[in-house]
Parts: sequence; C-alpha cells; structure tokens
Amino acid sequence: MLQEESDLSLVIAQIVQKLKGSHLYAQLERQAWGSWEKRILKSLNSMCTELSIPLARKRPVGEQKELLNKWNEMGTDEPDLSLFRPVYAPKDFLEVLINLRNPNYENGDSLSFRTHLGLIQVPLKVKDIPELKEFFVELGLTTGQLGIDDSTQVPPELFENEHVRIGQKVLAEQDSAAAQQYVRQGSPTALRAELWALILNISSQPEDILYYEQLKTNVIQHDLLVDSLIYKDVKLTASNDDYYFVFEDYLYQVLLCFSRDTSVLGHFAYNSASPPKSYIRGKLGLEEYAVFYPPNGVIPFHGFSMYVAPLCFLYHEPSKLYQIFREMYVRFFFRLHSISSHPSGIVSLCLLFETLLQTYLPQLFYHLREIGAQPLRISFKWMVRAFSGYLATDQLLLLWDRILGYNSLEILAGKILAAAVFAFRAVNLMEVTSLAAAEAVLADLSTLKVMPLLQIFLFATVT
Amino acid sequence: MAGKVKWVTDIEKSVLINNFEKRGWVQVTDSEDWNFYWMSVQTIRNVFSVEAGYRLSDDQIVNHFPNHYELTRKDLMVKNIKRYRKELEKEGSPLAEKDENGKYLYLDFVPVTYMLPADYNLFVEEFRKSPSSTWIMKPCGKAQGKGIFLINKLSQIKKWSRDSKTSSFVSQSTKEAYVISLYINNPLLIGGRKFDLRLYVLVSTYRPLRCYMYKLGFCRFCTVKYTPSTSELDNMFVHLTNVAIQKHGEDYNHIHGGKWTVNNLRLYLESTRGKEVTGKLFDEIHWIIVQSLKAVAPVMNNDKHCFECYGYDIIIDDKLKPWLIEVNASPSLTSSTANDRILKYNLINDTLNIAVPNGEIPDCKWNKSPPKEVLGNYEILYDEELAQGDGADRELRSRPGQSLGPKGGRSRDSGRTVLTTWK
Repeated sequence: MLQEESDLSLVIAQIVQKLKGSHLYAQLERQAWGSWEKRILKSLNSMCTELSIPLARKRPVGEQKELLNKWNEMGTDEPDLSLFRPVYAPKDFLEVLINLRNPNYENGDSLSFRTHLGLIQVPLKVKDIPELKEFFVELGLTTGQLGIDDSTQVPPELFENEHVRIGQKVLAEQDSAAAQQYVRQGSPTALRAELWALILNISSQPEDILYYEQLKTNVIQHDLLVDSLIYKDVKLTASNDDYYFVFEDYLYQVLLCFSRDTSVLGHFAYNSASPPKSYIRGKLGLEEYAVFYPPNGVIPFHGFSMYVAPLCFLYHEPSKLYQIFREMYVRFFFRLHSISSHPSGIVSLCLLFETLLQTYLPQLFYHLREIGAQPLRISFKWMVRAFSGYLATDQLLLLWDRILGYNSLEILAGKILAAAVFAFRAVNLMEVTSLAAAEAVLADLSTLKVMPLLQIFLFATVT
Repeated sequence: MAGKVKWVTDIEKSVLINNFEKRGWVQVTDSEDWNFYWMSVQTIRNVFSVEAGYRLSDDQIVNHFPNHYELTRKDLMVKNIKRYRKELEKEGSPLAEKDENGKYLYLDFVPVTYMLPADYNLFVEEFRKSPSSTWIMKPCGKAQGKGIFLINKLSQIKKWSRDSKTSSFVSQSTKEAYVISLYINNPLLIGGRKFDLRLYVLVSTYRPLRCYMYKLGFCRFCTVKYTPSTSELDNMFVHLTNVAIQKHGEDYNHIHGGKWTVNNLRLYLESTRGKEVTGKLFDEIHWIIVQSLKAVAPVMNNDKHCFECYGYDIIIDDKLKPWLIEVNASPSLTSSTANDRILKYNLINDTLNIAVPNGEIPDCKWNKSPPKEVLGNYEILYDEELAQGDGADRELRSRPGQSLGPKGGRSRDSGRTVLTTWK
C-alpha cells in the first residue's frame, strides 16, 4: 500500500513539475528572447553611431539611377565593408540557448532530465527513435527513396522511373497535398522547382511580380544599414562557396527586397519572438513613433544568405526566387534562429540532437564531452543553416525535399541528420583529443550522402 | 616484368611528379634509357622530327602524338573538320545531311572560321552578309588567351588584307597566322555570367579510335557580367574565360577560382530546363568530341608509342547548343585552387593508370584495352573496335540522363541508327 502511494505521489510530483516547468518555460522563453533582442538591437544601433550611418536614409536621385543600372550586377560593387561586422553569428546565438536555464530546476529535476549532460538544459519534450521512426515512416528501409534508389548501380525500372511518372502526374493535377506526400521520397531534379512551388502555393501571378517590383523600387529609393550587413554576409559566405558564387547577384536582389517586405512581419504572430523596434529620431520610447527595423523585422546574421543560395539552382526568375524564399523563411527557416518551444524550433532540435547522441552513442558523447568538444558546439552551425553550405547541393536539395514533405525541420536540421553524421564519423571522433581535432573530422561534409545516413541511423540502429 | 619504370619530364609540375613518385618510378634524364616521357609540345616536335632520327623502342611511351597539331592548332582543326564533312557528303553519308539553309544538321559544331590572310576574301564576303556580327581573332599558335581580340569592323583587321602575294607581310611565317571565327554572342549565361567548359579527353589510339572522357570536367566563369554591348568588346574579362586571363581580374576568387564542376552544371540545367534537354546537350557534347577525333584520325600518325590527354574547350549557347572552340594538346597542369590541384592530380593518376597498365614497364605492342576497373574517373567515350563488334551496344549503353558516350548506334559510320536516337 505504502509502495503504491509513494509511486503515485512520485508520478504526481513529476506531472506537477512538468506543468510548472512548461509554464515557467514560456516565461523564460520570452525573457530570453527579449534580452537577446535587446542585445542585437543595441549592437545594430552602436554600429550606426560608430559609423555615423543612419539606420535608413533616402537615396539622392543620382544614386538611385546608378543603382537601377547596376541592379543585375550589384556584386561588382565594392563598397567599403571593412567597418561592418555581422550583428551576430550562430555561435553567439548558441550561447544564449545554453544559458536558458530554469532556476527552479536546480532541485527536483524530472528524473530523466537529471542525467542530461548536453548543453541545452531546457526540459522540452522531444521525440525518441521509435517515435521518429513512426513520424518518418516513408524513409524506412523498404520504401524507395531518391538519394538512394536512383544511384547508378540500381536499374531505373526498379523505382526511379515509376517515381518520376507519379511526380509528373501530381504536377499535372496540381495537387498540393499529394505533392507534399510525394516529396517525402525525394523529388526528381527536373520536377523539383515545380513541386516545391506547388507545395508552398507559389504561382507567380501578375500581382506577385508587381509586389516584387514594388520592393525593388523601395530598395532603389531607400538605403538601409542592414543592406551593408547583407552585402557583407554575401561576400563572406556565398561568394566564397564553390556552388553558389555564381549566383551572388541574385542573392542581393532577393535579400535587399526581403528586408523591406513588411508582409514578413506576419510570421511573428506564430513566432514567440517579436520584431525589433526602433524609434524615429528624438522620439525614443514613444510608441507612436516606433517602427520595425528592418521593415521585415528580421535582422540578418552571419550566414543568413545561405538560406537563399541553394534555391538559385532551381529558380532563375528573380520574383519567383523571391517568393519561394520568403515562403520557406516564414514556414521554416525563422525557427532556426528564434527561441521557442516548437518541436521544429532550434531549441528542440538541439535538445533532440543531444538526446539522440547521448542515448544511442553514449561512449562517443562522453568522450567528446571529456575533451571539451561538446557535440552541439560543432553541429549547431549546421542546423542553424539547415545544412546549406555544408552538404553538396544535390544532397542538400534532397534533404530540403523532406523538410517540405514532412513540414518539419526535425529531420534535418539537425536532429537526426546531425546525429547521424556524428554516428558516421564515430570511429574517427573517438580518437580525437581536442575540440579543434573534432571540428577537423567534421569539417567537410561535402561528400556525404544524406539519405543512406538517415536511414541507417533511424532504421538500422539497434536500440 | 622486373625493373621500375624510368621517367623523364620537362614540365616541372607537382601533380605530375607526385604521381610518378607514388608509383615508385625512377626519375632519369632524357639522355638515359627511359620508359616514360611526359613532354611539352616543343619537345615532341624534336623527338619526332625527321632530322632527329629518334627511334622509340617498344618499352617507351610518350604523352603526345607526333602530329597532334592536326587537332590542336586552330586552323588545322577547322581544316580537318571541313575536309571530313566534305568527304562524308561525297559518300552520301546521312551524317552529312544539311538543312534548308545549307547548314549541316549534325556536323555544324564549329563556329564559321576562316584562315587569315589566306581566306581573307572569303571572310570579307561572309562578313558583309551580316555586318553587325562580331568576330574573334585568334593567333594559331598561341595559348592561354594570348593575342586574342574581338572585331566588329573590317578596318580592325586591315593588315591582313594585304595581297598575300606580296612578301612584305609575314604571311609565310606560321607564327603570325590567325583564324577568325564568328563570335558566339549569345552564350548561355548562368547568374548572368558567361562560362565555357573544359573537358579532358584521353586518346590511346586513333586507328582504331579509342577515347575516354574524364567525368570531372569543369566550367570556367568570367568574373564580370556578360554584355554583348560593343563598348565592352575590349574588356577581355567579360569575353574570355581562360583562367590565365581571369586570374588577373579584380574579382578573381582563389577559393573556387570561378570554376564549377560539370555536375553542378548538370544539376542546374536539369533543375531549370528539364532532364531531356540537359541529356541531349551532354549527348551532343560527347558527339562533337568524337566527331572531331574521327575527323583527324585519318591524318594522325597513330604511333603506338603515343597516347594523349586533350583539353577540350566548349561553349554552350543560349539555345543549349554546344560549340567546339578548340582543343589543347597540353592542358594546363597549374592549379589555381586547392580543388584544382586535387582534380589535376587525379586526372594524371587516372591517365597513367590507363596509359601505363599496372604501372609496369610498358610494352607498346599491348592491345591498349585496359580493364574497366582501372578507368577511375574516366569513362569510355568511344571505342571503335567495340562499336564495330557484335554486342557493342552493351558496353556503351548508359543510364538515361547519364551519358556514357554515344549510344551504341551512333558509333556506326553508316549513321543510320544515329538519326533515330537524335530525331
């Protein structure tokens, strides 16, 4: 009797803790985001003051004309960007996440959580492998996949041909839901652009093109400080990338317009963050004079342009490219750099990654921790960028097929893929003795084949 | 056979030397007994010149054919292709079929070209037909983009108009000979930039023709946005894709070197244009390479001591038609980026594996048929022997969209099966 009672009270205690935790967590979340937001705004403002550049200004007519002429080759412009620095980089953001700690959790931790040795100390519920297997059932070993079953050794009649045929049918019927289901098994390269547009409901109507042209006019007429940040980011990342350097000019055309697109503010409704605000000169604190800055509420960080770059392989018409990117951002990418408890949010992804690794590769996990190479420190940047710039483009697109198909970032970003990558290089990683060496083992992901990795980790690991 | 391969080279490039050393080959000088000589084109001229009276023995291999210039000199290449086309036309071959405008349907892959000063008058006639076109002047014997310029007015090439009978102009010296070709002013642009393709092709024998294509070719992008405007004609950074020229542009990047792999190109084209047209483009590229080799095969000195690795330069226009610009006998082995170095190292490695089987002392009488396993990143582009044997199709058949080379039928000279695959 006593035993039962004490079991029961234990269970109740755990439930109470969980409930308390989640409520507290929501508060914590808001607090953390609030202070982070203040920090980046402060950084932006001080850059402004230091360089004596206004956050925004109207361009003189001569400058407007010049920019219009150069619209298709802004990459050749070499403004002096040496004084600009990215407002923040993924690793700065990681520090914020690591410091997300609920002070009430010091005592009476939920049992399972006490043993969590990773960097993320937030008790969010994440899927375990059996749940993941169920969620990602189409990635199972017995289902055909592009990225595995279309390799040269496999005769196309077995899977590829039929899969292509189905894809063409889906497109002919313009069935968005079917398209989403379809790309879970990967999209044929020739059909991908159309399939993604179908899934994202992008159809390039005249009003969409007009909207884009409006944004472009906005860019021509006004100069924003963030423009320089965008330039800098493109020059630092995409311009040096083997795959994406060719598309440098498209990136400016998309990102400069993106910062001025106030319709993007809409996503803050379901994002627990809020857009950064600024005030008209001299009216600090007066709400009537508050404006969102930048107009779309998104301050770019180091590597931001890499969200757009892979899309250039699919769309070469600027307004279409723009629409697709914007939709991808408000559905998926924003979750990778804001704090929330959403299962596709970066915090959950990090937690899932660490949990998977600690549960299924404990030796590796402990070893890396011992040598000061917490796995999350290495994989975080992959996840924040949705692996863009780390995987070969064809592999990346196969991965993003699945993001769209499952409407979830859980697959890539990391959780699973990042864990799978560690598993794959486990042998080498067990031998390293420093963070630097661990980074080196994982530095080059360009030869990885995404789908086999995922399948093995999800479906072939002995639990 | 016992004994290590003795090698010589007059090209001091690490990608070469590292490959020799890793095979445990022994370096010697050219006055000693050698088995393998990787020569520059100047040296091959000496080795095979009549005066030298050089006799290669059975266990000696060199990396050039004696008269490779039939393919690698711009004027001779064009001459040979024109001759080849005329011959096919005479035999009534369907390959030489022309359209209603008199253009070859399958063999029009070299831009209209004339030799100067020899064909000056013919050129003027052609020029007057479309006076707004741009032409590109290239010295026959130079490389790396040297001496090339664009013209759009007859006055710009006045000095080649002198009567060739007068001896004052150095028309006799082949060094000053130029070719003038119609400039392709509608190149396919990616990201607004012009690019060309560099593909490596290994020929182990011309008769029977056996050639291999290196799968890892690359695209060379110009750093500056392309514009056909006449004011930019002088800006070589816009028009010429040679890395030697681009390297000096302000925007040259030493990480990627302005290069893309052919696989990237393929991915991009399939994604934006579709699989069929991309497959067709690559098939056409393979086709024009094979045809160019067939064109020179009859005049090539098919010396059994020789093999050659060519650098093919191809431009794709905005209708996805590939054009053969030129063939290089001595493709650059200099590496402009780290990726480059790896690529060229592997290129030489795979080339040596095919040319010098098992890395052992060669016997030039061998059948030059390496087993599939040693091909590395090469794939068979065309094998005349296999093509003419029964069941040839099996070897050359490829997966759809991943051309392994001309499909079985195309290899037959009758060309009948060609037409069905193409149409």
